[in-house]
Amino acid sequence: MSLEIKDLHANIGDREILKGLNLTIPKGEVHAIMGKNGSGKSTLAKVMAGHPSYEVTSGDVLLDGESLFGLEPDQRARAGLFLAFQYPMEIPGVTIANFIRAALQARLPEGEELEAVEYYKSLYAHMDALKMPRTFTSRSVNDGFSGGEKKRCEVLQLAMLKPAYAVLDETDSGLDIDALKIVAEGVNTLRSPDTGFLVITHYQRLLNYIVPDVVHVMVDGRIVRSGGKDLALKLEAEGYDWIEKELLATA
Amino acid sequence: MSATLDDNTIETTTPAWLAELQTAALKDYETTPAPTRRDEAWRYSDLSALKLDTFVEAKPVESEGRLINSSRGLDQTAAKLVFGNNALLHADTASLPAGVVVAPLDVAARDHAEIFRRYFMAQPVELGSHKYAALHKARVTGGTFIHVPANVEVTLPIEVFHWVEGENASVFPHTLIICGENSKVTVLDYFQSSDNQRAFACGVNDLHLERGAKLNYVAVQNWSPTSLAFHINSTIVARDATSSALSLNFGGGFVRGESLSRLDGEGSRSEMLSINPLDGARIVDQRTLQDHASPGASSDLLYLNSLDGTSRSIFAGLIKVEEGAHRTDAYQKVRNLMLSNDAEANSMPGLEILADDVRCTHGATSGEINEDELFYMQARGIRKEDGRRLIVNGFFQSLLERVESAPLREYLGIKVTERLGLPV
Ligand SMILES: Nc1ncnc2c1ncn2[C@@H]1O[C@H](COP(=O)(O)OP(=O)(O)OP(=O)(O)O)[C@@H](O)[C@H]1O
Ligand SMILES: [Mg+2]
Repeated sequence: MSLEIKDLHANIGDREILKGLNLTIPKGEVHAIMGKNGSGKSTLAKVMAGHPSYEVTSGDVLLDGESLFGLEPDQRARAGLFLAFQYPMEIPGVTIANFIRAALQARLPEGEELEAVEYYKSLYAHMDALKMPRTFTSRSVNDGFSGGEKKRCEVLQLAMLKPAYAVLDETDSGLDIDALKIVAEGVNTLRSPDTGFLVITHYQRLLNYIVPDVVHVMVDGRIVRSGGKDLALKLEAEGYDWIEKELLATA
Repeated sequence: MSATLDDNTIETTTPAWLAELQTAALKDYETTPAPTRRDEAWRYSDLSALKLDTFVEAKPVESEGRLINSSRGLDQTAAKLVFGNNALLHADTASLPAGVVVAPLDVAARDHAEIFRRYFMAQPVELGSHKYAALHKARVTGGTFIHVPANVEVTLPIEVFHWVEGENASVFPHTLIICGENSKVTVLDYFQSSDNQRAFACGVNDLHLERGAKLNYVAVQNWSPTSLAFHINSTIVARDATSSALSLNFGGGFVRGESLSRLDGEGSRSEMLSINPLDGARIVDQRTLQDHASPGASSDLLYLNSLDGTSRSIFAGLIKVEEGAHRTDAYQKVRNLMLSNDAEANSMPGLEILADDVRCTHGATSGEINEDELFYMQARGIRKEDGRRLIVNGFFQSLLERVESAPLREYLGIKVTERLGLPV
């Protein structure tokens, strides 16, 4: 059981962003991706989730062996894929409570109603754990939220929806150190043999809290190095130049 | 055989002065020419919708008990009236504070003749429907008279239901509200079809706020989707008084709404809000006037339309700042959310300023659903169609944030959510 990305090529307009990307995240593992700005990390996340702006030219993404391509974004989500957005959208007038309820309702068989009391109980429990005031439930999704509040709200949705695979795109960016710990704690409690994580980050710091099984380095639309936690430490200390030099040397 | 609308008979029980008024109004109706293409006030409208000859006088309703039972609104009210085909079916005024009058028009015309005569359709109808207001005046029998004396606050809302029943039936709902100095009241009018028949509704409401009064007025309009409806509103706001009017146009095939707010005293405020979820081939045609007759007053208009199918919205609004109305603060905004390529929105905001030192903003915007918002919803597993409806609902719910009373806001939020076919 794994989330498997095979030789993925994707364009935006005429420009190729993903250039043959291979990556396998077995269930139960946490993988991290690091890479320079513009290397294509968010593109990878959005292509997997099915964003209509990107064109997949070749390759495949398999969720437990089933291809995601050909499925609508909502079908992919219901199949078990979750994306925590780098830039979560603001949706005026739609409360967090109603939004998450609609997402859970969409997972129930036709004609079955979500049990409201149970729903709120679980929502409040997760909000308490993330130290989100309960008043947030009646606020519009991300509308006027601070950067950190938006990220917390992404983790709340993750916790409520319990996907098989979660892609977290810079969920740590913009968080103060306390918030980072809370969010990492939120993710860690969801770590289980039934869940796979792909954590996109710029900061080695996060990986002290969410300790990854594998760290990957992305350069120009490809995974070019994979290794342990020490790879992240080396990137933090030395930047990306050495990798690019090595790549040039072997090219 | 039912009488036609032009039948020249007037109820005999009405007082002589009112009968006279109604006879004159009928003449006015008959002699006023129907709107034509050349009338600025009917620009972009669908004049073919205005044919009245198939409509007949409404017969007494057959399903009185069902209508009374279906007249369900808020849990707690200070008074509740139910009209069916212009006749009073039910009245409960037991919880009203002393001195407050909530009465059907005929009773008010008899028992409160002096004040009734002073306010009843005393305002000129300036926004194009003079002819139909005259017809209303000539034909009106059912409707509500509400008088809140000075310094009285009615804490619970007053609710009035207006039903129409039967094929081509005509109703003339009327609401006359007089808020005495520093009084406070909330009134909800419901306009509903008892069946799915085509009907004709020609309603007028007159809202008068005396010094320092505060009125919240809500109209929930849910006529059958083939009905023709006029709703002609005028609001006169005196010094330091605040009017807040909200219309939810859920139904009707062709709905013409005219709303005039006259700011008639320093420090007066008027808020004009409207929510219009349009689908099918429905047309909502709204004309508004924010008439600033005094200095230091403010008005704030926000109309929201969502347009699906082949529906159309027409909006023409004017902010008029009269001579001497300095320090006016006026705002006017229309937002159209286009859900279909075959729907059409015409918005004509307007300004006429004859005073200095004023702040006026007006504008109209049209946009489609933001694809990234929709993608965000889908990425959570929400189906595209449900996501669209959630976004449309959010569009309207944002306006409801202006409703001051939390229970009322929540209640109206549920009404809108239900109208859009979403679970509540
Ligand atoms: N909608 C778009 N239109 C044009 N170019 C785009 C679009 N989306 C992404 N790109 C380009 O694709 C490249 C990869 O962007 P992407 O967002 O995937 O990078 P990233 O690795 O997530 O960067 P960061 O670390 O800054 O978040 C960038 O050069 C970006 O400008
Ligand atoms: Mg990115």
